[in-house]
Amino acid sequence: MTVHFKQDKPEQSNRLDGMKQGVLGKGVSRLEGLAKVTGTAPYAAEYPVEGCAEGVLVTSTITRGEVVGLDKDAVLAMPGVLAVIDDSRLTTRPAQGTANEAPKQGPKTISYWGQPIALVVAETFEQARDAAKHLTVKYREEEGAPVDPQAVETEEKDGTVRQGDLAHAMAEAAHSVDVTFTTRGHASAAMEPHAAIAEWDGDKLTVHASLQMLNYNISELADALGVEEDDVRLISRFVGGGFGSKLGISEEVVAAAIAAKDLARPVRVVMSRQQVFQCIMRRSETTQRLRLAADEDGKLTGFGHHAVVSNLPGEVFAEPVLQSSHFLYSGENRELMLEVARIHRMTAGSVRAPGEAVGMPALEGAMDVLAEKVGIDPVELRLKNIPEQDPEEGLPFSSNKLAECLKQGAEAFGWDSGPRKPRQHQDGEWWVGTGMASAARAHSISEARAKVTLKSDGTALVETDMTDIGTGTYTILAQIAGEMLGLEPNKVLVELGDTRHPRGSGSGGSWGAASTGSAVYVACKAIREDLAARVGVEETALELSQGKTSAGKSLIDLLGGEDIAREGHYEPGDIKDDYTAAGFGAFFAQVRVNRYTGETRVDRMLGAFGFGRVLNHKTARSQCLGGITWSIGVALTEALEFDPRDGHLVNCDLAEYHVPVNRDVPELDVLMVEERDAAASPIQAKGIGELGMCGGAAAIANAIYNASGARIFDYPMTPDHVLKAMPD
Amino acid sequence: MSDTISINGTQHSLPDDPRRSLLDFVRQDLGLTGTKKGCDHGQCGACTVIVNGIRINSCLTLAVMHDGDEVTTIEGLGTPEAPSELQKAFVAHDGFQCGYCTPGQICSATAMLQEIANNWPSDASESLEGEMNVTGEEIRERMSGNLCRCGAYANIVAAIRDVAEESA
Ligand code: FES
Ligand code: FES
Repeated sequence: MTVHFKQDKPEQSNRLDGMKQGVLGKGVSRLEGLAKVTGTAPYAAEYPVEGCAEGVLVTSTITRGEVVGLDKDAVLAMPGVLAVIDDSRLTTRPAQGTANEAPKQGPKTISYWGQPIALVVAETFEQARDAAKHLTVKYREEEGAPVDPQAVETEEKDGTVRQGDLAHAMAEAAHSVDVTFTTRGHASAAMEPHAAIAEWDGDKLTVHASLQMLNYNISELADALGVEEDDVRLISRFVGGGFGSKLGISEEVVAAAIAAKDLARPVRVVMSRQQVFQCIMRRSETTQRLRLAADEDGKLTGFGHHAVVSNLPGEVFAEPVLQSSHFLYSGENRELMLEVARIHRMTAGSVRAPGEAVGMPALEGAMDVLAEKVGIDPVELRLKNIPEQDPEEGLPFSSNKLAECLKQGAEAFGWDSGPRKPRQHQDGEWWVGTGMASAARAHSISEARAKVTLKSDGTALVETDMTDIGTGTYTILAQIAGEMLGLEPNKVLVELGDTRHPRGSGSGGSWGAASTGSAVYVACKAIREDLAARVGVEETALELSQGKTSAGKSLIDLLGGEDIAREGHYEPGDIKDDYTAAGFGAFFAQVRVNRYTGETRVDRMLGAFGFGRVLNHKTARSQCLGGITWSIGVALTEALEFDPRDGHLVNCDLAEYHVPVNRDVPELDVLMVEERDAAASPIQAKGIGELGMCGGAAAIANAIYNASGARIFDYPMTPDHVLKAMPD
Repeated sequence: MSDTISINGTQHSLPDDPRRSLLDFVRQDLGLTGTKKGCDHGQCGACTVIVNGIRINSCLTLAVMHDGDEVTTIEGLGTPEAPSELQKAFVAHDGFQCGYCTPGQICSATAMLQEIANNWPSDASESLEGEMNVTGEEIRERMSGNLCRCGAYANIVAAIRDVAEESA
């Protein structure tokens, strides 16, 4: 039985806080934790499959053109080689998040360096790898493919805002800032490489893959193969990190499925680390002009944010740099515009916190410049400019905890709100200083389904094709069900990552917990109604804890040997249009900058965040820690380097693309500013997977300036940039 | 005995294909998939195992080079029923998210604590000689060969410290 709930209004009844189990929000350790720490949790490539052949992708070494010949015979003669697959259904780019249809197909046509063009299958991995390396490919190259985003005309994206007269406001302003920031490309670099094992049973296909959104991926895969969705089963029980890179179906999944069908035996394809870098997603580089006009006191009168990003021809995705700039600060004269340069570098797509991950560091860097010009404390400048309502749409905020985060964060960090001047503190050869920035990330929520069964033995089962990509889904869904049904979380078995289960929301855009969590909530509410009828009370009066009613009747007795199963179907209704919803926060950082080498080290960092109800204190905190860690990467080390001649990604491995390592990350403090956001979701939660990296890089950048006097407008702030910008 | 390798106390014969890395040998041939492949190039630490007491990247070494060696993988350190102290501490401190780097982190940390106990210095040590202490900075330095893209470092350090202090 399916129970549908469409949310048109804020959920003020606050039912979850009235429940008696008292487990929601608690820092329950991950239920799948022991499986992960003992190495017994199986990831995509690790399912034992009898007679599995091994596939290795072959990728293009030209930028644009056609494959006119593959010397298949030569490699087919190599030991163990079973097939060279260049089926026209092979996908050549990953699907974008929520695409719901096949991405670009046809491996003969090449539109970027590193694009998959064939799959070599052999008995063993070593044989396949060797053969793939020896496959001779003949190309007809189409010279002159543009690869430099600066050198091409740009297209304007829909959504430009022009309100009032920004130019006039800038001219009249007591204080104004007009600066241009650049950010470089980023890679998700999830630790588990993309992998798939495909197996056919007649016309039925099963694929173990590493994917974030099975509810979309199943149609993307079926569409790519030209088969019915009903004939496809996707399994992703454990995903070794996603960060956007596994939102859409990726090339190895389709290749494995085609090869397995051709060879009539299971085929595994695991991308090499280099392939993951070169043919999955990049975050676009950006160039961003910020214009801020303020009155004598620092109140914004004008706000301009203009960004240029890039992508391949034909890709709809454009890094949504301005997402939070639309509503974060006031200023009646506004101009916001996003443009896309079409170039032949690998696909640009979602990398953790698309948009704000790079938009906020630029905006918050500009705010620091403004605070200095106005001569006020940067925290004060933000506090002065928090709008009452969305300054463009005129919509109310579902909730806005920016002020609380700024104030509580400043206090916990020990922020000095006195006059600020660079180069006030020295420690040996290091300049030491502090910086801060706001955090903001637009809230998303989606339709989701989950089935909950209250079993006759007094335990519960939650089933959905939702994934846990490290975010804590297994645990928080058990907590929600446990809270509603009066059970300890370890009495709730959560089954995820299998398309045999009802369609969840998938993990992406920080929407998984609130969306799928709401589906579980809706299902549990319906189960409670059934139970209440058996007890003879209103559902609202039913109190359940530790498997019993408040009158001491056990669930097992109430169930009388029967299960109660309900599928919850949650759908966001008018709440999506009636409010501007976002997570807000503040970052504070202390850094040291070496006066001779320009090296920056982060001494300590604090993030304060308001993101609705905290579902699990421990896993939510971990999401924040992860986000702050990524902020350090954005600020100091992460940059994709492209060859200016052919646009190929040069630093395509973990030695050359510098993600933060343990010693780059100091002790971090996280402050969760609890709130209930009734208009965000029925469980009053928003997402926290991304907020922690939306602005944090600017706190570090601003601290670099405060420490050393080096004002830098290009991320990442590597030692060469710092030295160049540092005054003598 | 020749041409054998001990994995978690069990003897196995070495693979025929000399190209097979120790990592692929344990994962593919023995089905011990707790050891992870993150890069296959010695850049991430996900494949860390302990060979004759020393932690190494198993992707950077060929299985046939380990005739007579004793290898411990994550499966040899503990099981869900009987986890090691570090494994328990990683769960309690949430020293992971996706869990993919985790077996490598735990193998690495297990051997790393022994390195400190042996007074081997690191870049973070005050001096090259004398007694080494388990400080936060020592742990951060010595664990920097194990990448965690989920960014669980702060909790990884807390988990390791916890175990080091308990056993001190
Ligand atoms: S897989 Fe061996 S170091 Fe990355
Ligand atoms: S837990 Fe995901 S990479 Fe470390």
